[in-house]
Amino acid sequence: MPIDYYIYLSVILFSIGVTGVLTRRNAIIVFMCIELMLNAVNLLLVAFSKMHHARAAVSDAATSIGTDGQLFVFFIMVVAAAEVSVGLAIIVMMYRNVHNVDINFLNRLKN
Amino acid sequence: MNLIIISGLLGVLLMFTGVFVKNKRTISYVAIAAVLFALIANTAELQGHDWFNINAAAQMLQPNTLGLLMNEIMLLSCLIYFILSGRAIEQVGEFVADYYALIFFILAGVGIVTSFTNLLMLFLGIEIISIPLYILTGSDKRNLKSNEASLKYFLMGAFSTGLMLMGIALIYGGTGSFELSRIQTAQVSYNLVGGLLLLFCSMLFKVSGAPFHFWTPDVYDGAPTVFTSFMATIVKVAAFVAFIHMFDATHGFIGRKYQLMVSIIIALTLLFGNITAVFQQSVKRMLAYSSIAQAGFMLFALFAFTPIAREAIVLYGAAYCFATIGIFAVLVKMEDYTYDGFNGLAKSEPLLALLVTVFLFSLAGIPLTLGFFSKYYMIASALSTGGQYLWLVILAMLCAAVSVYYYFRVIQAMYFKPGVGQTIEHTVPFKVALVALAAMVLIFGIMPQALLQFLYF
Repeated sequence: MPIDYYIYLSVILFSIGVTGVLTRRNAIIVFMCIELMLNAVNLLLVAFSKMHHARAAVSDAATSIGTDGQLFVFFIMVVAAAEVSVGLAIIVMMYRNVHNVDINFLNRLKN
Repeated sequence: MNLIIISGLLGVLLMFTGVFVKNKRTISYVAIAAVLFALIANTAELQGHDWFNINAAAQMLQPNTLGLLMNEIMLLSCLIYFILSGRAIEQVGEFVADYYALIFFILAGVGIVTSFTNLLMLFLGIEIISIPLYILTGSDKRNLKSNEASLKYFLMGAFSTGLMLMGIALIYGGTGSFELSRIQTAQVSYNLVGGLLLLFCSMLFKVSGAPFHFWTPDVYDGAPTVFTSFMATIVKVAAFVAFIHMFDATHGFIGRKYQLMVSIIIALTLLFGNITAVFQQSVKRMLAYSSIAQAGFMLFALFAFTPIAREAIVLYGAAYCFATIGIFAVLVKMEDYTYDGFNGLAKSEPLLALLVTVFLFSLAGIPLTLGFFSKYYMIASALSTGGQYLWLVILAMLCAAVSVYYYFRVIQAMYFKPGVGQTIEHTVPFKVALVALAAMVLIFGIMPQALLQFLYF
C-alpha cells in the first residue's frame, strides 16, 4: 500500500484530535482528543519507519534502518501513560473540589 | 551527563528522605545539600571531568559548553532558590520531600534538554520537565485556583506535546533519522519544513511566546507562588536553551523567511507582554506578564544565531533567573500581592526594599545591573545580522521603556507611598542569600566578561 494512505489517515486523526481539543468543553473528552493526537503520531511514525526500511532493504536486506521510528513509538506510549496518570489525578482533584469537569469553569481564573 | 544521573538519583534520595525524616526543616537542609552536590558535579563536568562515560555508542546526548554553562547558572539559581524559599515550600503542603524530589527530576530533564543531539532526547527531556511541573502547579490541593491552573497547564502542555510529536514524526518522514546531524545534511522537503514549523510552535508554547502565550498569566497566577518562581525562571530558561539548540542546527532550512517569522513573533510577544503588564493590579500577575515580555527579549537569541547571541542568552538567562527569583522570594512573604501591599516597605524593611529595587532595575535593564548588558547583547546580536530589521530593534527599545513603568511602580510603592510597611520575618541565611544574589547581579552587571569567559575557557 502506498505511504500516502497512512499519511492521510493519521493527518485526519490528528486533525480530529486538534478540533476536539479546541472545541469540546468536557475535560475528559479534551483529554481523549489529546490521546487521539498522540496515537495519530504513533501510526505515522510506524508507517514512516516501514517506508524507510523498505527503501533501505532494496540494497541491503539485513539493514536496521527504520527501527528507530518504531522505538520512538514505545517512548511515546510510556510518556503518554505517565501523562494520563498525572492528568487523571488532576481532573479527579478538581472534581472533588467543584463536582464538575467543565472547561468553561477555568475562565474564572482570568479575573 | 553528571547532572542528569546525579539529579535523578538525588530525586529518589529525596523521596526516601520523606519516608524516614518527618521534620520538614531537615528535609530542606537535605535538599540544599543535594543541589549543592549537583552544582559541584556540573562544575566538574564544565572543567572536563565527566564521571559517567556511558554515552559512547549511541551519542544521543552530547554535553556542550553552552549547555553546561546554562546548567551551572540554573543550578546556582536553584540553590539560592532553595535557601530563600525553603520555608515557603514547607508551607505549601505536607509532602515537602516529594516537592523537592519533583524539582530534582525536573533538573534531570534540564540536563537532558541542554545536551541532546537526538529528537528522542528532546522529547523525553521536555516531558521530564513538564510532567512534574503539572503536579507542582496543582500541589495546593484545596485551593481552587491552583487546581484550575494545574488543569489548564496540563491540557495546554499535553496539546503542545502532541504538536511537537507530529513535528518530529514529519521530520522523521522527511529525513529518515532523528539525529540532528543527519537532519542538518538532509534534503529539504515539505515534510521536513512542516515538521520544523510544528516543532517551532510547540517550543513557543513551552517558552510562552506569542501567539501561544495565553496560558502563561493564568497558570503563573494560580500556581503556589514558590513554584511560580521556579517555573518562571529555571524551567523557562531550560526550554529556551533547548529551543536554541534545536534551531541553531536546523534553521538554515527555512532560510531567510525564518528571520521574518521570528521577528514577527518577537514583536507580538514584546507588545503583548509589556502592554498587558501595565494594566495589572497584582504584582504576581505583573511578573507573569513580565515573564512573557522577557521571553520576547530572549527570543532575539533565536533570531540571530551569532556568537554574540550565544553570549546574550547566557547573560539574559542569568539576569532573568537571579532577578526574578529574588523578587519572588520577597513576594512569597508578602500578605498582599497587590502594589498597595508594598506601600511603605522601605520604612519597615529598608534592606529588603533596597535589594528588591536592585532586582527590578535589573529586570528593567538599567545600567550597572546584569539586566542592562543582557539586553544590550541581545540587541547587538540582532543588529549584527544587518540593518533590515531595524524596526524590530526600535520596537524592543520602546518596549523596554514601557517595562520601566510597571517595574518602577513597585519601587514607587515601596519608597514614596505612605503606609505602614509590612514586617517580614526573615532569617540570617535568607538575608545573606538575597544579598549574595543582588551582589551577583551588580558584579556581573559591571563585568559581564566574568560570566562569559566560561563559554570559551
